[in-house]
Parts: sequence; C-alpha cells; structure tokens
Amino acid sequence: MSPGAAPTPLAQARYHLGYQVAGRATLRVQRLRDERRLAARRPRPGDALLPTLASMARMKELMTGHYLRGRYVPGVRPVAWVTSGAPVEVLTALGFFLVYPENHAALCGARKQGAAYCVQAEDRGYSRDLCSYARTDIGAVLSGRTPVGSLPPPDLLVCCTNICQTVKWWYEVLADHFGCPLVTVDTPFLYGQAQPHQVDYVRRQIEEDLTPTAERASGRHLHPRRLREVVVQAHEASQLWLDILDRSQHRPAPMTAFDGFLLIGPIVNLRGHPETTRFYRHLLAELDARIAAGTGAVADERYRVLWDNLPVWYRLSGLSRQLAGLGVNVVASTYTYAWGELASMIDPDDPWGSVARTYLHPILNRSTGHKLDAMRGMVERFGLDGAILHSDRSCKPYSLGQIDQRDRLVGDLGVPTLLLEADHNDQRVWAEAQNTGRIEAFVEMMAAGR
Amino acid sequence: MTPTAVLGTGALVAVGVDAGSTTCKLVGVDASGAVAMWTLEPMTPRIEEQTDRMLTEVLAAAGGASGLPVVATGYGRKLVRAADRAVTEITCHARGVFADTGTGGTLVDIGGQDSKVIRIGPQGAPVDFAMNDKCAAGTGRFLERAAASLGVPLDDLGPTALGAGREEPISSTCTVFAESEIISLIAHGAELDAILLGLHRALVSRVLAMVRTVGLVPPLLLSGGVARNVAMVELLGRDAGTPVRLPSWPQLMGAYGAALVAARGFAAGCDREPGRVL
Repeated sequence: MSPGAAPTPLAQARYHLGYQVAGRATLRVQRLRDERRLAARRPRPGDALLPTLASMARMKELMTGHYLRGRYVPGVRPVAWVTSGAPVEVLTALGFFLVYPENHAALCGARKQGAAYCVQAEDRGYSRDLCSYARTDIGAVLSGRTPVGSLPPPDLLVCCTNICQTVKWWYEVLADHFGCPLVTVDTPFLYGQAQPHQVDYVRRQIEEDLTPTAERASGRHLHPRRLREVVVQAHEASQLWLDILDRSQHRPAPMTAFDGFLLIGPIVNLRGHPETTRFYRHLLAELDARIAAGTGAVADERYRVLWDNLPVWYRLSGLSRQLAGLGVNVVASTYTYAWGELASMIDPDDPWGSVARTYLHPILNRSTGHKLDAMRGMVERFGLDGAILHSDRSCKPYSLGQIDQRDRLVGDLGVPTLLLEADHNDQRVWAEAQNTGRIEAFVEMMAAGR
Repeated sequence: MTPTAVLGTGALVAVGVDAGSTTCKLVGVDASGAVAMWTLEPMTPRIEEQTDRMLTEVLAAAGGASGLPVVATGYGRKLVRAADRAVTEITCHARGVFADTGTGGTLVDIGGQDSKVIRIGPQGAPVDFAMNDKCAAGTGRFLERAAASLGVPLDDLGPTALGAGREEPISSTCTVFAESEIISLIAHGAELDAILLGLHRALVSRVLAMVRTVGLVPPLLLSGGVARNVAMVELLGRDAGTPVRLPSWPQLMGAYGAALVAARGFAAGCDREPGRVL
C-alpha cells in the first residue's frame, strides 16, 4: 500500500469476504471441532504426556487467522515487518498489520522446513554462520515461498537492537529488497537497571523517529487515546502470560515449557489486541482447572527442569516426548518469560516512557549476570532439579556466557546442568544419537544425585 | 578375540556390556561387587549377534549361569538384546571408576569415537560432564589415523613419542587436516618421534580444554582404551599440573559400571567398599 493511500474497494471486498466472513467462520468451526476432540481425549495407560490443552485449539485459530488475514491485507491495511523486540504499540495503534519474520521462521522450523529455506539464502551467498532465523526469512523472501500461502509485503520495516545486532543487517537486506523505509531503534546494552538518559534516548527514537515515519507510511495520525488503549491491552496480556507461566510452580505443573513455546504465539504476534487478552484469560482458567484437579502435564513428573535459550523448533515434539518419557517436565524457561517478566514496567499512564523502559530490559539486552540471577530465581521458585542450557549455534547473544552460567548453577546451587548443542531452526546441526545420549546421561545424573 | 579372563572365585550376580564404537567389553561381577570375569573383542557392525554370542560365552564360562541382570552401555547400548536396561557411558564410567579407585575427582574417558570429561562427586555420583562427540579430533580415532598414516603400530605410538628429543607442533585441530600436516612435516624432513610427540600434545590440549569446561577437581582419572598409551598418560598429567591416576583396567570401566548398576541399581554410594582392587 503506497504511503497514505486509501484502501481500494476491490481489496476491501476481498478482505471482507475472504477473511472476515469465510475465513473466520471456517476457522471458528475448525476450532470448535478441535476443542471437542481435545476435550474428549483421555490419557491412555502408559502415555508420558497428558492430552493437549484445549486452549491449543484457540491458539491455532488466532494464529492461523493472523496469517490468513495477512493474505488479504495488502491494499487494506498498512503492513509492517518487525523484530520480536520492536516497540509495536505505536504501530498497532496506527492500525498496522504486523508480520514477525522470526515467528514466521519458527513456523517454518516447526514444520521441519527451516533448513530448506536456509539453503535458499545460502545459495545466494549468505553465510551458514548467520542466524538460521535470518537465513530462513531471507530464503523465504528471495524464493517467494512460504508455508502460510503468502506474506504481505511491508510498507515499513522496524528493527530494534534489543535482541541482537544481526537484525540491523538482516533488516537492511529486507529494506533493500522491498524498497520501503526502515526504522532502527537502538537500545543501549544494560549492565544494570536502565539510567534515565538511556530511557530518554529510546523514548525519543520511538516518539521522534518511529512514530512520524509510521504515520507517513500509514497515512494516519497517532491518537494518544488509541495508544493508551493498546498499552492497556499489552499490559494486561503480558501480566496474564506471566501468571500462566508462574502456574507451573505447582506440583505437578499443569503445562510444559514446550506448550509455552507454542502458546506464546499471540503475545508475540498480536500484542495489544483484545482477543489476545481474552485468549490468555481462557488459558489461565484451563490451567487453574488442571491445578484444582491435581493434573500435571507430564504423567509421572519426577524431575522439574529449566530450559534456557530458544526452542529447537524442529525437535519440539520429539524432545517433549523424550523428556516426558524419562519423567522430566521442563516447567520453566527463560525464553517464554521474556514476554511476561517485564509486564510490571508497562504503564498505560506513561505510554511513551514505559514502552521505552520495557523495550530496554529484555533478557538479551542485559548482562550475562542478570540471566544467571534470573535462572537462580527460577531454580528456587519452581523447585528445579536441573537445567538444560540450549547452546544455540544461531543465537550467539543468548548462548554467550552459558558455560560460566552452567558452572555457577552446578557449583553454587548443585543443580545438574546440561549444555545441549543444537540450533533453533537449522536441523542440519542436530545430532540425534549424541543429543539423545546427553539427555539420558543428564537424567541419570539427576537420579544418581538423589 | 581376547579370551575370557576369569579373575575371582565368586559366582556371577550381574553382567555389564559396553558396546563401544571400537571394542565390545563384557564384565561380570560377583556378590561383593568385584570383577569376576571379563572379555573384550573388536566391535563388529552386527552388534546384536555379537553381544548375544559374547554373553553366552561368558555365562558358559561361569558355569552356565542364567537369568542374571544385564545392563548395556556404550554407543550400541540400545541394540544389546539381552540387556534389561540401557544406561549411558557417563553414569557407567563414573560408577566403575569410583568403585575401583574409591575416589571422586575428574575423570577423562578417551574412547574410539568420543571423549568425555566427567566430574565425579565425593559420593560417586556424576555431577557434571562435557563431551566431544561431533569431531574425531580429541578421540582415539585421531591417534589411530595418525598411526596409520605414519605406518607405526598403535602400541608403539606412546613409547616412540616419549622418546623424542624435540617436538614438532601440530597446529591442526582437525583429524583430516592433521594428516595433511603430518605428510607435509615428513616432506620437510621432520623426525617421526618429534611428529608423534606433537600429535599427542595436540590431543592432550583438546582434552584439557574440555577439562577446563567442567573444572579440574583432582585427582585426574583416566579411563578408556587410550589410557593404554603411556605418552597420553604422561603428557596429560604434565600439562594438567597434576598426576594422572589410572583405574585397574581403564578399558573395562564402562562395562564394570554397567554391571554394578545391574547388580545394585542406580543410586550412587551403594557399591562395595570403594578402593578395593578388582
């Protein structure tokens, strides 16, 4: 959609019929059918994992609906492609449809297609040492293929350096390819709490650079009341997500981190939307019902474990089943917490300042000592028996410091800790026999220590 | 084939099978937890048939015992049909070495296909480990390939290296590239023993990097087939700054630990009085 252009009648008609009428109705019917199927499922003797949470059906409806909407949105809504740590409240308030290339890449990874897209990028000269999210995204863009049918091209690109520096170059590639404006929000790395001048620095970029550029790209003006509404929703949904994760402090835990890796979709992709808040209220109620019934996600929860770093998307169900079969429930994860732990910083009465503060404090923009403290806190709060640190070949900022963090967890807290070498999206890095052996040895280590 | 060795007089109560990448080891223990019998063969691709046959031979040599608990370990552990349970080498090596030496510490196990460093706690339980299993460098295969390209029998590698008057540094950390480097050194007239000393040093430096990852808590223990190489024992101790302590039969520790798990279950500290000679 060209800057400031009014929606075309044809595009609007397609959007209305294809997404709002036919698409949503179909997804609703599918969801109701899935919910009935999931609710009817009973655990079978010998099953290591309990039947899937019924809320997964709602999550699928939301996320499939989001990508379906993306097919019909060109010419109707402005589109922005953003990094997972981008300050999106402003964009949502301006009516942008948001695409998260990282989430799309994870979706490719979960379907075991990550390496195929990576190869598309590598064939065009991108190094295999680059992040596999970046390679998957660039491969999808350059090949024009995607498992979701089609992705709407961006009118605006927004990247924020609070997760890594790769995004800066990755988004320059996208800007060059799509020929649209790129806003980079620079967030200074924090060794402690953010200083007032650092918050002011980020706030001014959002207020004085991102907002006017986004207004030009969308042809709309930002209304403070609308921004406040979005921030209220973002705050409530983040708080609910945190409450959901904290429910796993119960024994047995009502969900696993592997469930969390999937259920995180709406808080990432649809942050600030009321349907996201409603979804997490529903999920929380389902978890509370499991807790009241004394039902755990893993049938025989003997060991409670932490997961650090991104998921291994192409091995999600395999790892989940393997660990559950060994009596392990991964009950906490630094990754899923990243979208909830900053909930208290979001203040609807100070939208600009609090958004700036929130996006300065993601775990990846803070020192390795901060992550160690966060993991120590989880060991205590969740009563953990061990920790799996995924040494992710693709995510250097997340993996940096893990060897020292492992030493401290083992040495100071006596928590058996496994360094699992893999990659979040490129399945060529995965070594099945070796990693299976390491996981088994890790569980035996926890058993021998009792 | 190495003939089955009968050591003690006690009746077998359990058997451990270590189906490694290079050799297959069986150890039977008696009621006191001591090794009563062992056997070792080169590993063949038919793991199921080989381990079945070896087990039958061991039981026959033990007077036809049957129904004994069997635990398998090693890379082929899940293919051992006769095993009641498969347990990883980490647990089994730690268990075997602790029972044999009576001490916790830092155990280096250099096998044919991988190498690992295991920190054994004071009660005998493994508390941390690191593995090198995606690269032949840092494993016994590194020395095997070098021995083959230099035409030196495997058993002569260590003594020849220790006899060197000087050392040719090998900079390659990759087995394949190290072979090319050896050929290049030979072409430049380097002495065989000096090259071998450099090769051993390269392997030791890879292993010590892993030791540092886990943290060196003396004593430094060494198990696995490479422990038979005197140069490795000497250089590892010298470069680590602490002498290396060897268990009675370094190559059998995995199978011994597996037999102990079969006999006594999983919990650490439930084996016989540690420190007794096998």
